[in-house]
Amino acid sequence: MATAQTASVAQKPDTAQPTSAPLTDTAQPTGTKRITAFFRRRSLIIGAVALGLLLFNLISGGFLGFDAISTVLDIPTGLAWMFTHFIPTVESFSKLPNIIPQLFSTILVSIAASCTAAVIALVFAVLGSRSVGIGGPVQFIVRCIASLFRNIPTVAWALILLFSFKQSEFTGYLALFLSSFGYLTRCFLESIDEVSGSAVEALRATGATYGQLVAQAVLPLSATAIISWMLYMIETNVRDATLVGILTGTGIGFLFDLYYKSFHYDQAGLVIITIVIVVVALELTSNYVRRAIL
Amino acid sequence: MDTPVELCTVEGAEDAKTVEDVEKPVVLAIEGLCKHYTKDRAALHDISFSLHTGELISVIGPSGAGKSTLLRSINRLIEFDAGSIIFNSSDISKLGRRDLRALRRKISMIFQHYNLVYRLTVIENVLHGRLGYKSTFAGMLGLYSEDEKIKALDILAQLDIAEFAYVRADQLSGGQMQRVGIARALIQDPTLVLCDEPVASLDPKSSRIIMGYLRSIVDTLGITCLVNLHQVDFALEYSDRILALRKGKLVYDGAPAFLSQDIIDDIYGMQGSEHAETDSVR
Repeated sequence: MATAQTASVAQKPDTAQPTSAPLTDTAQPTGTKRITAFFRRRSLIIGAVALGLLLFNLISGGFLGFDAISTVLDIPTGLAWMFTHFIPTVESFSKLPNIIPQLFSTILVSIAASCTAAVIALVFAVLGSRSVGIGGPVQFIVRCIASLFRNIPTVAWALILLFSFKQSEFTGYLALFLSSFGYLTRCFLESIDEVSGSAVEALRATGATYGQLVAQAVLPLSATAIISWMLYMIETNVRDATLVGILTGTGIGFLFDLYYKSFHYDQAGLVIITIVIVVVALELTSNYVRRAIL
Repeated sequence: MDTPVELCTVEGAEDAKTVEDVEKPVVLAIEGLCKHYTKDRAALHDISFSLHTGELISVIGPSGAGKSTLLRSINRLIEFDAGSIIFNSSDISKLGRRDLRALRRKISMIFQHYNLVYRLTVIENVLHGRLGYKSTFAGMLGLYSEDEKIKALDILAQLDIAEFAYVRADQLSGGQMQRVGIARALIQDPTLVLCDEPVASLDPKSSRIIMGYLRSIVDTLGITCLVNLHQVDFALEYSDRILALRKGKLVYDGAPAFLSQDIIDDIYGMQGSEHAETDSVR
């Protein structure tokens, strides 16, 4: 067969060549034309999309009375105002003893909400996963619950819960927990289905029980992804907790709101800087942990 | 064989029936096995055969012929539609969850892609073969007896990978991973080992080593091995008996000696110019 194939391939140039001019003379210009046309068409499409977006922006801005050009021209003035007012002064640092405990409490609320949500999300994800779930309507119900909780923003949860639980740390915790639960359930579902299918089949073939499958195959294989998502959730929740704190009157958000509304912009700026430092530190820590557990 | 083999689909296959019946007890008897994934096409159609103690039986056939479905029906990883599978005098189709779990202890399985828990060590993966014997709680916590741990190490030593016992499974080569798969299967104390394309992902040298181990398991431990294979030459070299599937039907059941080139071509649906390719399949 191999010989036959070689023979048929070898014959092709013999039958193709005698037709007219050598292959390079005719094929190359056609090829060049085609590739030029291809890239020209692609550039035209990109240009048309960019132009369309710009037009859409102008129409939307015109409809809302938003002048894009004057806004762009105002940016330097805006930045200058921000840097002159929001830069902490020496006096601002006297507020650090007030800021640090609130920041600490915000971090703790975020970690608590993320960890509790992760534990419950893991149970839901295992039960609702395609590879190791208990099947039936559970898979559908779990996905519906995850979608519902995930698609309501944390701030909306905070506003909803504010009426039931008043302004308290618990309201903020619950708002972060509910949105984290929805998000993590969805992520864990994907992770479990992605990694554990074949090992689950192997353990099922040994006669392992459902609990054994989960403990000995699903958890070890998805541990990296689970920890990684949890760390990401803590990072996100520290950021969101600031906003939630403004609504619930707790944590670092409340302090920012207080300084901001009392025109102490330098102190509000210091609050922002401490939040940025914490978020960056958390990100670096979680990157290190991710690398270590991989 | 206990039940007469009625295989005339492939020309020349009937000669295989002249092989002397083996005077060994029947481990597994399959009768009229059917499985449909879709209404109009049978993955398995009226499959009947028996397996005896201490045989290495290869199942060959083109992709999509139903080989993996057949193996997974035996330990009910896939539920079949009709027919009966009798293993050690019990009808597999009628077993409840608890009894099925007990049965699976005695039918171990080796997979093409090893199906290990790659984040765990080799020894932990081997000991997973004992999960069927443990209570749920002990299995969840990975509480194994000293005897089980020593046995796991012994099996790894027999397979020449004892030095990797505490290495994570994802650090091993394909051949070494498959040996872990074999060790996991052996620690189950099985009567029957189902091997689904055990060498399909391996290079020729590792493939020979793995097939050699399977042969020695059959010869020294008297365990029955049912092996799905794509490599016809391995089937001819290592098997006591060959089963061939085509489009869900059993088209050959006999000794390797009777598996002629014409029968192989028929099994793989090859004609004329494709005959040359069969040589490379072999």
